[in-house]
Amino acid sequence: MTYIDQTTEEPVVRAVSPPSSQIGPVAWVRKNLFSSIPNTLLTLVALFLLWKLIPPLLDWLLFSATFSGSGPEACKATTGACWTLVGVKHRFMLFGFYTYEEQWRPAIATIVLLALICGSGYPRFWGKPLALAWLIGLPLFCVLMWGGVLGMPMVETDKWGGLPLTVVLAAVGIVVSFPFGVVLALGRRSTLPAIRTVSTLYIELIRGVPLISVLFMASVMFPLFLPEGVTINKLLRAQVGIILFTAAYQAETVRGGLQALPKGQYEAADALGLSYWQKTLLIVLPQSLKLVIPSLVNQFISTFKDTSLVLIIGLYDFLTTSRTAVADPAWQPFYVEAYAFAAIVYFAFCFSMSRYSQFLERRLGAQGRR
Amino acid sequence: MSVRTTDRTSGVPWYNDEKTRGVLYQVALLALVLFAGWWLVTNTLVNLERRQISTGFSFLWREAGFAIAEQRIHFEPTDSYARALAVGLFNTLEVSAIGIVLATLLGTVVGVARLSSNWLVARFATAYVEVVRNIPLLLQLFFWYAFITQSLPSVREALHPVPGVYLSNRGLAVPVPEFNQGQAIALIGAAIGVVVSILVARWARRRQDATGQPFPTILATLGLVVVFTLVGWLAGGAHSALSIPHKEGFGFTGGAELSPEFAALLIGLTVYTAAFIAEIVRGGVLAVAYGQTEAAMALGLRPAQVMRLILLPQSLRVIVPPMTSQYLNLFKNSTLAIAIGFRDFVSVDDTVMNQTGQAIECIALIMAVYLTVSLLISLFMNWYNTKVALRGSTR
Amino acid sequence: MKRLTTAAAALAVTVGIAGTAQAGATFDAVKARGQLVCGVHTGLAGFSAPDDKGVWAGIDVDICRAVATAMFGDGNKVKFVPLTTSNRFTALQSGEIDLLARNTTVTLTRDTTNGMNFAPVNFYDGQGFIVAKKLNVKSAKELKGATVCVQSGTTTEQNLADYFRANKMDFKPVTFEKQDEAVAAFTGGRCDVYTSDRSQLGAIRASQVKVPEDYVILPETISKEPFAAAVRHGDDQWFDLVKWSIYAMIEAEESGVTSKNVDEMAKSTDPNLQRLLGTSGGMGKALGVDDKFAYNIIKTVGNYGESFDRNLGAGSKVKLERGLNNLWKNGGLQYAIPFR
Repeated sequence: MTYIDQTTEEPVVRAVSPPSSQIGPVAWVRKNLFSSIPNTLLTLVALFLLWKLIPPLLDWLLFSATFSGSGPEACKATTGACWTLVGVKHRFMLFGFYTYEEQWRPAIATIVLLALICGSGYPRFWGKPLALAWLIGLPLFCVLMWGGVLGMPMVETDKWGGLPLTVVLAAVGIVVSFPFGVVLALGRRSTLPAIRTVSTLYIELIRGVPLISVLFMASVMFPLFLPEGVTINKLLRAQVGIILFTAAYQAETVRGGLQALPKGQYEAADALGLSYWQKTLLIVLPQSLKLVIPSLVNQFISTFKDTSLVLIIGLYDFLTTSRTAVADPAWQPFYVEAYAFAAIVYFAFCFSMSRYSQFLERRLGAQGRR
Repeated sequence: MSVRTTDRTSGVPWYNDEKTRGVLYQVALLALVLFAGWWLVTNTLVNLERRQISTGFSFLWREAGFAIAEQRIHFEPTDSYARALAVGLFNTLEVSAIGIVLATLLGTVVGVARLSSNWLVARFATAYVEVVRNIPLLLQLFFWYAFITQSLPSVREALHPVPGVYLSNRGLAVPVPEFNQGQAIALIGAAIGVVVSILVARWARRRQDATGQPFPTILATLGLVVVFTLVGWLAGGAHSALSIPHKEGFGFTGGAELSPEFAALLIGLTVYTAAFIAEIVRGGVLAVAYGQTEAAMALGLRPAQVMRLILLPQSLRVIVPPMTSQYLNLFKNSTLAIAIGFRDFVSVDDTVMNQTGQAIECIALIMAVYLTVSLLISLFMNWYNTKVALRGSTR
Repeated sequence: MKRLTTAAAALAVTVGIAGTAQAGATFDAVKARGQLVCGVHTGLAGFSAPDDKGVWAGIDVDICRAVATAMFGDGNKVKFVPLTTSNRFTALQSGEIDLLARNTTVTLTRDTTNGMNFAPVNFYDGQGFIVAKKLNVKSAKELKGATVCVQSGTTTEQNLADYFRANKMDFKPVTFEKQDEAVAAFTGGRCDVYTSDRSQLGAIRASQVKVPEDYVILPETISKEPFAAAVRHGDDQWFDLVKWSIYAMIEAEESGVTSKNVDEMAKSTDPNLQRLLGTSGGMGKALGVDDKFAYNIIKTVGNYGESFDRNLGAGSKVKLERGLNNLWKNGGLQYAIPFR
């Protein structure tokens, strides 16, 4: 608002706060919740639902829940959740049939692997030390899981189970399928017709069939493909199935990045006289892979969730062990607790990964603009 | 051939020539693929031969010998394996088709809700999307199945909200009209209604293109279909006999039943896919420039009209391609039925595989069927995509 | 490129070897490996189940141990591979396991088109029904319209359909891949009836329901389920060894040889016993193993009766009657072919 000061005849600017109807919590509520009649109705419905949902849910989860006890009898009287189940069975749910006394090994191994993955997720660490950490971490992981050295008894892969198995299937699946996916993506964009056709056929064939059929094939048919006497164990077969499947999806993600790269980059590289591999490795891939990192993380989330399908071919991943924990008739009524526990763990993994992908998207996007 | 190319690009040795290399690479790849294929095939043949496992698809015509509860195509244990597989395929297609429609509806509602100016509604939708997307579908299916079978009462204490409707851990039993000639004529009426309303819709669009006058196409379509169905039903003698489920022996007889397995799979697939569709719809709507909304508002359209007439038609162009892959995902995810005991194609195929031991043939069948249907869905969605794409736009 | 050629050559060599593999391959392979790989059930009390310490026990497990003993004189030289119904046959066909001892019913199709050879029947079973007592069902003939939980891909599933068809009754099958899931659905109330082999119904009633008295097993036995171990076609020497390892256990029970008295019996002058226990000769040689193979089996695993008792009979949790599985002399069907 501008006034003219009578004495100096100069305009004076005075800050005046907006009327209270435009700011503050009251205004916010009015603007966001009660701006019109339909809006008000929606708000009321939503509030009603919240009131109906949240208090009973919290009550079930926490206030009326049973946390102690050593058997299903502890939960006879309760109206809330029976977390006794998790208390009693958590070792089995997390580690499956892994030798009971040795379960500290998969625990540490999984933490090492997760720490490595988390560390790799932070762009500041990208560099040689990280590569070194992987070089040390991976063998450490294998030694801990298999044992057979340093006085640790050997534990064969058919005893692996629970969360470590899920993490291994997902991590190995995504890491090994990645170079495969890059090659397929390059193949699909190749100018050589035979290479293009083979890559396209593979990608479309795999993407057209459900993961279950690939897993079935891996578990039932692989043995028939191999010469007599050569057998690969069940875990490896499922792992190969997951890798073959994931590679096709990765290829499509990477192809998105290849296509998003401006044509000028390709032409400039050609003009410099770089060979195909120089062009690809020095110019194209570094830039286009950076573009698709967030999508790759999303791919990781799907792969992580997809590993639960190995239940169907009889591997004891985390979902299977959670289910098996309530197969016992005495515990059967507490299936919700088992599924809730599994759901919370899966959610924690996937949600943090999706947040991470958004963080990366912002960060890499900001770099791109600079 | 390679010698001639060397002559043309003098100074470059033949093995560094790009064209020669290209040919070499391709020959190498093809050789590798052929070799790998040959290796796998010979191994398999040798293995089959040595174990004297018979091959071929003739087993499909043998008697199946097992029963299937969930059947839309009539099936007896005396029928062939091929027919059993057909029953399974039909179940797969049924649950996928219904799932696609429901997931699209739910997903659109949630996606639009996420954009709502109402803060609470938007949060609700966001929470739904985040929770559902980050939990494996298989876990959700187990949850729904356990929820239905364990929290609903037994048949004897079945919930009975409306006469003729029973809800128990055996599923939902509802009355259905007894099918006879009268209903057949009503169906013909409905078909005529559909044809007429397509004609009307065409006429309406042409009129709108020419004169700008809008026409309530949706209402008219609904009305026409209902009226023609009613006329057909009356003409057929207005049979109103209903087959009403009633308790008998161990369960219900009469009416139609929705099994817990089918319900759990349908709910699971719908809820899961809807979360992804919601994100696509939201992205699609956001992709339409805000100026469009403002212009529409300036013209005096109401928010609902803005959404229906301005935003949705434009965002469809962005939405359709990713939607195609969600439909394909839903279709492929329906194979998880096997884990909760619904007889879809894979589940029946698995039984056939166990009974006949024809692993290779059965897995080949799964792959062929899913590839074919995936291809059909893609083709249909591509056709639809070209339909909603801007006419005359160069893409 | 060079590496590729080498790899290709290596592959070609592998294929060549595989192609020229001879009959007798399994026998030789097991011998060379020093360990038997045996496919068993993932966990079925009395047939094959790991105990708390992960040691496998059961009547099928005893077959694996008997064959390993015949081969190596040591019942612990076995690696157990737990298999589901759906992957048991392919595991055998593909060579992943040497012997399948997983309560598998012998049928014509399995014997022929699935490429398997069946050893002597080690357990005669039949299919039955279990229902909740509160349904007041006394006979399977009253099950018209019932919902039946069943494990898919088994002969059980087919017998069920046959039985209801023969009795002109309709029913609703609910099928599951795994037995645990089917049983859970039954006890959870999804089905009125669960059907499986009677021995399994007994085990389920004993250990997998909350109150065993709430459930009854109906009197009807609707099928013949002879269980036998299987090997794949093409290695007769291996098949013979498996077959005679099992006969040795039955023959031992017939002649009254047990793990406790086997050393005394070995001193006997009865020519039958001498041939069985390898004091007089050539029986083991003919099979390609030690002459004392039967002696070793009886010493480590026991005779058929002992094995039955320990795993399924009075000495076990399942507590089944011998019934059809008694010796032919006692009114059962177990009968050993002469060791001659």
